[in-house]
Amino acid sequence: MIEIDKYYPDMEIIDSDIENLILNTIKDCDFDKYTNEDIDTALKKEYLDIEDFKALISPMGLMRLEDLAKCAKEKRERYFGKNVYFFTPLYISNYCENNCIYCGFNCKNNINRMKLDFEEIEKELIEIQKSGLEEILILTGESKKMSDVEYICNSIRIAKKYFKNIGVEIYPLNTDEYKLLHQAGADYVTVFQETYDKDVYEKKHQGGRKRIYPYRLNSQERAILGGLRGVAFGALLGLCDYRKDTLATASHIYYLQKKYPQIEYSVSIPRLRPTVADKTINPNDIDEKKLLQIMCAYRIFLPYINMTISTRESAVFRNNAVQIAATKISSGVSTGIGKHDETNTHKGDEQFEIADNRTTDEIYKTLKELNMQPVMNDYIYV
Amino acid sequence: MDTKLKIGKYEFNSRFILGSGKFNIELIKSAIFEAEAEIITMAIRRANTSKDNILDFVPDNIKILPNTSGARNAQEALRIARLARELSGADMIKIEVIKDSKYLFPDNHETIKAVELLKQDGFIPMAYMYPDLSAARDMVSAGADAIMPLAAPIGTNKGLLTKDFIKILIDEIDVPIIVDAGLGRPSEAAYVMEMGADAVMANTAIATASDIKLMAKAFKLAIEAGRMAYISKLGKISEYAVASSPLTGFLD
Repeated sequence: MIEIDKYYPDMEIIDSDIENLILNTIKDCDFDKYTNEDIDTALKKEYLDIEDFKALISPMGLMRLEDLAKCAKEKRERYFGKNVYFFTPLYISNYCENNCIYCGFNCKNNINRMKLDFEEIEKELIEIQKSGLEEILILTGESKKMSDVEYICNSIRIAKKYFKNIGVEIYPLNTDEYKLLHQAGADYVTVFQETYDKDVYEKKHQGGRKRIYPYRLNSQERAILGGLRGVAFGALLGLCDYRKDTLATASHIYYLQKKYPQIEYSVSIPRLRPTVADKTINPNDIDEKKLLQIMCAYRIFLPYINMTISTRESAVFRNNAVQIAATKISSGVSTGIGKHDETNTHKGDEQFEIADNRTTDEIYKTLKELNMQPVMNDYIYV
Repeated sequence: MDTKLKIGKYEFNSRFILGSGKFNIELIKSAIFEAEAEIITMAIRRANTSKDNILDFVPDNIKILPNTSGARNAQEALRIARLARELSGADMIKIEVIKDSKYLFPDNHETIKAVELLKQDGFIPMAYMYPDLSAARDMVSAGADAIMPLAAPIGTNKGLLTKDFIKILIDEIDVPIIVDAGLGRPSEAAYVMEMGADAVMANTAIATASDIKLMAKAFKLAIEAGRMAYISKLGKISEYAVASSPLTGFLD
């Protein structure tokens, strides 16, 4: 057994075939073989299979980007109408025990570390609530020691007072711990696999619990078993062959949806961004055309999923992406700690640089002008 | 002369119900002023917001029909219905229990249970369902005040895929049958009304039209035409040629 497959003693092992299904899907992929006819077939189908998705993300798919965009927009309208869902992330701690060589929060990076106490969290939430937002995504770095489950549950309970929909993006947990998050009021859980390529995963994740590949990969399934209503996925594009990682992410959702059809699924398509520790990181290996191609392909293959467009992207790109494929947009974003409340002097550094600094109001107005319908909440905790 | 549409203790002149899954202000205005709808559905989950709330756009004389969208089982449907009653005072509830995020198919089994729970709790339950006669009968026994069979998967505009099964419900079920989901064009609305459906619900077909106003009006007229045809009783269409000399003539 290779090292990244060795679970820590406290990590729960669930009976799941999902990892094998994904790895089989991405084995020996030749994206160059797809033809114009394959794209036509995929665009004409109502319910696509994985083979069609491969065609859509292939180089030939890129040549047909306009057709992909038209098809994606149609499906977006059918499933979501003009709705665009708003949220913002709230980073409450940036302590991390993982050594992921591309990440700003890497435990070896010399950045300002901090964790908000409950009073500070409440102040931040109140500031954010003033902007009209009703959905919040609570994030931490991955340190179970510095931000344990109880700390996160308490933060969720505070957030529940001010927000109607609460997402959590933290380190992977066992099923019983996910149950606690749900009982505290969390609605959905996001875990990025970063890359599904095991060799690359091993090289990029050099230490910490995150190094254990299958434990991370099965997080969403444990969250579902723990009672969460929705789960979100993402590969950090730029770490590995982006087509392969996109295919893996899509198949991850596809197979889990088959197994758990009642769950709400969501995807993010983050590109690598420069961090405090590494300004040389360049996301341009995947340019905006390729990014849009991926978004369209997801929308056509999995038309019912939510899709978040990150503040890593420019305002122009985001404005257009939500009309074609994406359904969720973050606004008034800071990826640092304690930055919403201006009276707070106790602050921590950012995870990555953002490209769209617009406030909630600004994005709201722009989307209205574009004849889209901003939605602050479309959810009820039951 | 037509009778009114009766659902529980309520009566309506209009037989068009606007779905609001894909809502915007123009759609609601068109439904009220062009299609003369008297009932608009509202997902409670979608009304659980303080900004651009659908409730702010609906005039007082329009009946809000909250649905339990988001419920995955009977218990969740009951909880959402209770929230709906708190929020809008509504007692007429459209039960939607869906356990499938891809096709959004209603779960008949859980819906039967939900009807029973809501009825006991004093609601007027209207059951969104896959047109299955046994399930519809069980829903009526459990207290459903209307049965709302889907014509096609929701949002697809595919039209009358389940036509024959809806006809069976129309023939056998004694509470109003409201055809819900999947109707893509006014002619299909006319068709089901002609067949004897009591009302029609539509959303996507109007919301995604280029001219929302005109399409809303087209639906209204189609529903009225279909209804008139039903009341006036269609001339019988014969499946075979009618022999000019009757086969039984020799008996005379």
